[in-house]
Amino acid sequence: MPERTVKIASSVGLHARPASLFTQAVAATGLDVTIGRPGQPPMDASSILMVMALGVGFDEEVVLSADGDGADKALDDLVTLLATDLDAK
Amino acid sequence: MTTEVTDTAAPAAAGTILQGVGVGRGAVTGPVARVSSVPKPPLDEKPPADKEVGKQQIQDAFEGVAASLRDRAANSTGTLSAVLSATALMAEDKALIKEIKKRIDAGEPLLTSVDRAVEGFCDMFKALGPYLAERITDLRSVRSRVLARLMGHDEPELPDLSVPSVIVAEDLAPADTAALDLAKVLAVVTELGGPTSHTAIIAGQHGIPCVVRVTGVMKLQDGQQVAVDAAKGTIELDPSDETKALYRERSELLAGLESHTENGSTSDGHPIQLLANIGQLEDGLRAAGRANEGVGLFRTEVLFLDATEAPTQADQAATYGKVFEAFGDRKVVVRTLDAGADKPLAFATQPDEDNPALGVRGYRLGRISPELMETQLAALAQASKETGKNPWVMAPMIATPEEAKEFAAQARSYGIKTVGVMIEIPSAAVRADQIVAEVDFVSLGTNDLAQYTMAADRLRGELADLLSPWQPAVLDLVNMVATAGTKSGTPVGVCGESAADPLMALVLTGFGISSLSMSPAAIATARYVLSQHTLDWCRALAAAALEAHSADEAREAVVSRMDQKVRALLAL
Repeated sequence: MPERTVKIASSVGLHARPASLFTQAVAATGLDVTIGRPGQPPMDASSILMVMALGVGFDEEVVLSADGDGADKALDDLVTLLATDLDAK
Repeated sequence: MTTEVTDTAAPAAAGTILQGVGVGRGAVTGPVARVSSVPKPPLDEKPPADKEVGKQQIQDAFEGVAASLRDRAANSTGTLSAVLSATALMAEDKALIKEIKKRIDAGEPLLTSVDRAVEGFCDMFKALGPYLAERITDLRSVRSRVLARLMGHDEPELPDLSVPSVIVAEDLAPADTAALDLAKVLAVVTELGGPTSHTAIIAGQHGIPCVVRVTGVMKLQDGQQVAVDAAKGTIELDPSDETKALYRERSELLAGLESHTENGSTSDGHPIQLLANIGQLEDGLRAAGRANEGVGLFRTEVLFLDATEAPTQADQAATYGKVFEAFGDRKVVVRTLDAGADKPLAFATQPDEDNPALGVRGYRLGRISPELMETQLAALAQASKETGKNPWVMAPMIATPEEAKEFAAQARSYGIKTVGVMIEIPSAAVRADQIVAEVDFVSLGTNDLAQYTMAADRLRGELADLLSPWQPAVLDLVNMVATAGTKSGTPVGVCGESAADPLMALVLTGFGISSLSMSPAAIATARYVLSQHTLDWCRALAAAALEAHSADEAREAVVSRMDQKVRALLAL
């Protein structure tokens, strides 16, 4: 199953606005995408509550994975999103 | 939906005071209008006869709540719309609904399963610390709406505000605040919440007095009279006529402050310039539209903060020019780049400093990147020439008379006519006599002056008492600089946060400070306080503060000697 590791670029971490933008982007892929801290159980990445409950801060790493048609492309897009400061106005 | 008051104890006596945490300075009296408290699942709730039907009901209720939130998001704009959309996302969260369905499969009753699943997430959020506190409020607001639907009620409604009222609630989620007719809200009082919550911030923006974390406030009755004091964080029940009269005077005074636009002066006509601190260009343009005598601190580093490379001379000149134009004939004091320490800049920050506050920052950057100052002075000179205005220009973090002399010569060589320096290092304050001889004006940065005098890091909350500008040693240094300025006829301003404290404004005036620069919103209060005291009275207050042995004693000495009517009206 394709996997990507990425550091969170949003200075507020992955909650509030960045979490909401990220989960919406996940939902838009139509794939089952998971997110987790390295070495920990993966969570449903389309759930804003699960994503916020991960409590990932700025510059911390997360592992994304997905399966199915277009999984690689979808993961690349999500990585680009997380590597951008989503809280910047 | 209304909630019965289940408490059977006798109502609290008139004059009882409930304590909370106040936000803002406002004070008001009026009748209570309670927001229905959170619906709770009945203790004897039975599991659904048919689990599949139950799960469908859950699905429908969440979808209904999400749709109604989306609907409201579509009918609002800006932050509010974003907040409502984010809350809607929670109402359609797959993980939450899955968890509830799992609980129903395991035999839990409907309402209980919603309540427990939501609390489970709230616990996870709480464990992550305070930064998710707002999301807990949002999530509980979703729960209340879902429970109300499942119980066959309307979603929690806000009270009827046919008469302007004091809104009383357990907590107000952003989605609830959004539905309030703010013109009819006299004050907001909540049992939970925090001073930096969304609700408190919205109330502050609209000048609505707000008190949060008031225990027992849900026991108040609809229509009961209360006096809300945001400055003190208190709610007085069934206030006396005297209290009502005082609060009325206070709110009239606060409402009227902004209508005064005259220049700052004591009651006997001694002028004190009241200036604005600005950073972003937009702040500057907004401040230009308000009643002030110009800018006392234009923090130019703010223009550089997002840049990866130093802005060019042309870019800088264009921005400075816009600010000069906006203020017309009013004074504009520009501070050259104050990067370093707590204000890192991508292109100017020195890596690997063990003590950045004591390192190469402010004026000292010239030792390694002289081109930053050269470009900035050239840009200021260009903007000055293009607009025909003469800005006052000062350098931050000057430690010695020699540095002051050197900067003055450099700035004048670019054609800057009025040159000054900041005094925020104790050595500069001690040698103020020699510094004022080199420059046209000086400006005291009281935050840094306190940090360096008390050897206490500004960013460490636990040292706040040491950092108080009321520390007698800091007051001594401020007085020393003011005296040096008075002797040589050099204007001495104060541009730290202490200028925004109306009590400190009196003391600074007493020392002989000639201008106070603060956030634009604080000017109206400073203008009022100064206008109620003579210069001699200010001098007496300053002398009393200097005699104190501690920061608290110094402040108290001023509070007890100032005009007591003014003290009461400002709740100082």
